[in-house]
Amino acid sequence: MSSTELGLPALPAKPYPPEVASRLAADARELISRYPQSRSALLPLLHLVQAEDGCVTPTGIRFCAEQLDLTTAEVTAVATFYTMYRRRPAGEYHVGVCTNTLCAVLGGDQIFEELSEHLGIANNRTTEDGSVSIERIECNAACDYAPVVMVNWEFFDNQTPQSAKQLVDQLRAGQEVSPTRGAKLCSFKETSRILAGFADGRPGANDESGAGGAPSLAGLRLAKGEALPGAPGTKVVSPRHEGTEA
Amino acid sequence: MTSAEPAEKLLSPVLSASWDDHRPWTLETYRRHGGYDGLTAALAMAPDDVIALVKDAGLRGRGGAGFPTGMKWQFIPQNDGKPHYLVVNADESEPGTCKDIPLLFANPHSLIEGMVIASYAIRCEHAFVYLRGEVVPVLRRLQAAVAEAYEAGYLGKDIQGSGINLDITVHAGAGAYICGEETALLDSLEGRRGQPRLRPPFPAIAGLYACPTVVNNVESIASVPPILARGKDWFKSLGTEKSPGFTLYSLSGHVTNPGQYEAPLGITLRQLLEISGGVRAGHRLKFWTPGGSSTPMFTDEHLDVPLDYEGVGAAGSMLGTKALQVFDETTCVVRAVTRWTEFYAHESCGKCTPCREGTYWLVQLLKRIESGQGEPGDLEKLLDIADNINGKSFCALGDGAASPIVSSLQHFRAEYEQHLNEHRCPFDPAASTVWADRAPVHESATEREVHA
Repeated sequence: MSSTELGLPALPAKPYPPEVASRLAADARELISRYPQSRSALLPLLHLVQAEDGCVTPTGIRFCAEQLDLTTAEVTAVATFYTMYRRRPAGEYHVGVCTNTLCAVLGGDQIFEELSEHLGIANNRTTEDGSVSIERIECNAACDYAPVVMVNWEFFDNQTPQSAKQLVDQLRAGQEVSPTRGAKLCSFKETSRILAGFADGRPGANDESGAGGAPSLAGLRLAKGEALPGAPGTKVVSPRHEGTEA
Repeated sequence: MTSAEPAEKLLSPVLSASWDDHRPWTLETYRRHGGYDGLTAALAMAPDDVIALVKDAGLRGRGGAGFPTGMKWQFIPQNDGKPHYLVVNADESEPGTCKDIPLLFANPHSLIEGMVIASYAIRCEHAFVYLRGEVVPVLRRLQAAVAEAYEAGYLGKDIQGSGINLDITVHAGAGAYICGEETALLDSLEGRRGQPRLRPPFPAIAGLYACPTVVNNVESIASVPPILARGKDWFKSLGTEKSPGFTLYSLSGHVTNPGQYEAPLGITLRQLLEISGGVRAGHRLKFWTPGGSSTPMFTDEHLDVPLDYEGVGAAGSMLGTKALQVFDETTCVVRAVTRWTEFYAHESCGKCTPCREGTYWLVQLLKRIESGQGEPGDLEKLLDIADNINGKSFCALGDGAASPIVSSLQHFRAEYEQHLNEHRCPFDPAASTVWADRAPVHESATEREVHA
């Protein structure tokens, strides 16, 4: 991913400035208290430092190590194992295009290619203005909504190359964007804080976007005697073209 | 095709029954649908009787392996003086699998109620949900539901006046398929790299923090409250003798209506396609997976295989996660298998040599075959490497990596040979896309309206 720099080993990372360190330490204590053994809080702590810096920095690693009485080598070993921890800053909006087999075949490959060309950046890179980064992601458990795009890990279902390009244009223009499943987008750093284990404080965020789109309800509707589009019975729009609002 | 039974008779929504109601993720709606009645019934029984009930009902794990849930609980040694833990595996990442995420998004309380019942049965006071990190909308709902359950006295101290205590910690993972393997999940939950552990000892004896631990899939645990509320006889009246009950089948791919179809175990893909509108218009089924990419693929010869643990096993595959990924005749099987293999290579944890090295070399071979650069002997080499991974790896990821290769070569060897002989891929990827069959639209504004 990154180029290897030869020469002297890196100097120990600088600590966070005192006011940042004390704020994060209070958060860390809260997270650690949720587990019988402190080390279990390492993944949440890595999400927490990512919420501070937009990626996992040497300073963040040093912070985690100090909170848990681990070495920076031990923390680095863990941080580099998991793909969600980034080694270079994500854009404010991190866009993941599923290119695992099913989404790829249904159009994910074309979506990624066109998006990459549209933004002028390669996989795992960020636009120069820092607004958008893109990544080819693995199966995100939404195959019945394929092809799927995630932005800051909220669901944008049933995408096309056009809809995905329009989406990133809106993000770059600073417009408010809502996913098909999930809450109105917040920044990558704010999302990382939710991942660390701190509830989304925005009123109503939890209730946005209903219980799921047409695919989630397909079987239930059939069981209640309703007809699905294209199935024996009435003819309406296919769920692929229908809104996700329940 | 034979005339189908009406959909109402083939389907049995239990877990999904409330999903179209108003705000089904709230405690209020869940209670209106009989939520937490199963817990009341459980608390009136002795813990061992709860275990016996779930065992007698015949509930089997819904996460892939199909191990009897009650038996897993029974393995926990009692009066051993150690803390016991329940860990729910919500790391749903198997390609094609998409049941737990919609379930938790629509109704997280069904999992929480099941966790309280399971914890009571195995005498556990601290339970965990290990949720994959890449699903923030679900994390948000789960965090809120746990807070609601504490508020209502379903979690915390002296639950519903029973004298029992339970805390639930919701833990977000960070992107690693291997953490769906239960022992890798435990290492990850302990703050380590997610690598599988040697077994024995099994988690029931030495799991989280080396204490007795039950690891169950989301859907398995969410299936427990209805058993408590409605009884084992009702549960056994659904499904087949050896695979009783209901389950979520997730239909995806080249079908008219992808989605979640909750039905008694033993339904067939033919039946599911008949009631749901079939393969997308103008196309025919080519290959499909019964339970995710790790389960050997099927073809149109297998449309009538009963989708239960025994039926799929007898036909040479596995029920897995009931992730029915359907691909039509426009799809290149070599491309599909190459992409899955790249996934396994990417997600191999690196602990054991056959999987780490084998998946790497499989990708090299498959990529060159797919791009028309394959050489004579490549197919034999593929099978040889797959054979050196399958059954010889540390965990099931390696077996899963071999599955699509071996099964696709069994059913579609001619297509691989065509790539070798013609030195190209004979398929057009554009024909497989969702928008391939739509009328060409030149005005981008119109396009936006259509897909808005």
